[in-house]
Amino acid sequence: MAAEESYPDELRYHREHDWARIEDGEAVLGITWYAQDALGELVHYEPPEEGATVTKDSAYGEVESVKAVSDVISPLSGEVIEVNQAVVDAPEKVNEDPYGDGWLVRIRLTDPSETDQLLTVEAYQELLSNQ
Amino acid sequence: MQTLRRTPLYERHRALNARMVPFAGWEMPVQYEGVIAEHRAVRADTGVFDVSHMGELEVEGPRAHELLQGLLANDLDKIEPGRAQYTLLTNEQGGIIDDLIAYRLEAGHYLLIVNAANREAAFRWLKDHELPGSDVRDVSDAFALLAVQGPQSIERLGLDDAPAFTFAEQMLDGIEVMVNRTGYTGERGVELLVPSEEAEELWDRVLERGAVPCGLGARDTLRLEVCYPLHGNDIGPDTDAISAGLGWACALDKDFTGVEELRRVKAAGPERKLVPFVMEDSGIPRQGMAIAGGGEVTSGSHSPMLDRGIGMGYVEAEQAAADTELTIDVRGRDRRARVVTKPIYKRQED
Repeated sequence: MAAEESYPDELRYHREHDWARIEDGEAVLGITWYAQDALGELVHYEPPEEGATVTKDSAYGEVESVKAVSDVISPLSGEVIEVNQAVVDAPEKVNEDPYGDGWLVRIRLTDPSETDQLLTVEAYQELLSNQ
Repeated sequence: MQTLRRTPLYERHRALNARMVPFAGWEMPVQYEGVIAEHRAVRADTGVFDVSHMGELEVEGPRAHELLQGLLANDLDKIEPGRAQYTLLTNEQGGIIDDLIAYRLEAGHYLLIVNAANREAAFRWLKDHELPGSDVRDVSDAFALLAVQGPQSIERLGLDDAPAFTFAEQMLDGIEVMVNRTGYTGERGVELLVPSEEAEELWDRVLERGAVPCGLGARDTLRLEVCYPLHGNDIGPDTDAISAGLGWACALDKDFTGVEELRRVKAAGPERKLVPFVMEDSGIPRQGMAIAGGGEVTSGSHSPMLDRGIGMGYVEAEQAAADTELTIDVRGRDRRARVVTKPIYKRQED
């Protein structure tokens, strides 16, 4: 079952419809409700390798629905310390729980000051209302 | 910019919150609840598709049969009134202008149901070759077409079984309908042709009978699982029927446009062949991806029934045998696939 539309307050957002949950120099990344809804049911997640470097505003992986493929953009720079293997095995978890079980990677931040450039939930919802 | 056309069921699709997309100049529903659920509904029970964007051409007159025998690849002498036939409209090079179904209404009266994207091209080609005593008319705007498909579809519609590729005028919930025993999903089912003004009424009755509304997304994954070619992807004016595995729809013993070239390809053996394949590695093949050895993917998607990537593509003849391993360039990554026999998805009861 697809999740209800929501944008948690405690997350920071990127305009390419990605979110980051930042804690202790690390961040968990995923795609927003809006992104998974636009794509439809996900059937494939192509993750980065653990240990790979990700760069803010650049693609670190791909998600695919039946009809379309989309790059996943990193909101922050860092090193991949964990890939969500459960989503590799069952990509529909992103549709069911985009901010919980549907997370994509955990990274160790290399430039925590980049956090300041991310959108608050209010700013992200403002951006969505203008889409 | 050209305005997108809408079928008579546009408001119904909006009311169901369908996701509408441009397709072949039409604004069409790609999905309602979701492609995978719709796909499974057709494999398990019954789905209904609005395919009113497809074109209907009538060819009538004492020389209608003669005209079509010279332009279409399959042999219309094999079908009598009340029967239909899958066939190809071919060009001088043996390429495929369109693939279509010809319905023989009367000895000298045919209905051709053609692809939406080729309606103009097919009509123009027929009109340009018209003979005195054969009248070609584009009647597409007068009709809507609903495909009702799935193992329970015939029972749900209250119809009797009938052989594939037959048709009849019948009453369905008080609406006069042309019931065609044809489809594009590999399941039992019918395609219902009605005057445009009856389309909403028929759609409502079919939904009341339990059919799940399905969009073009599921239509594409369903046809790919059973290896039905899609014109514009797998076949086109630059591909020939023999290489595409459609030799069975070409009567090479009669004369029709491009037959000499098709006979030559058949005799020599095609250099490239259209083959179905299933991914062995993860990843989803897509149209245009390279296959190592000079091939190319022409259709690719995720198969809801196999839960993996599947596709069709042209490969060199020596790579075309079943079980041959292929390597597909999935956005810079080499991923393995294996050539399989048609269809990719085989029904449980088969």
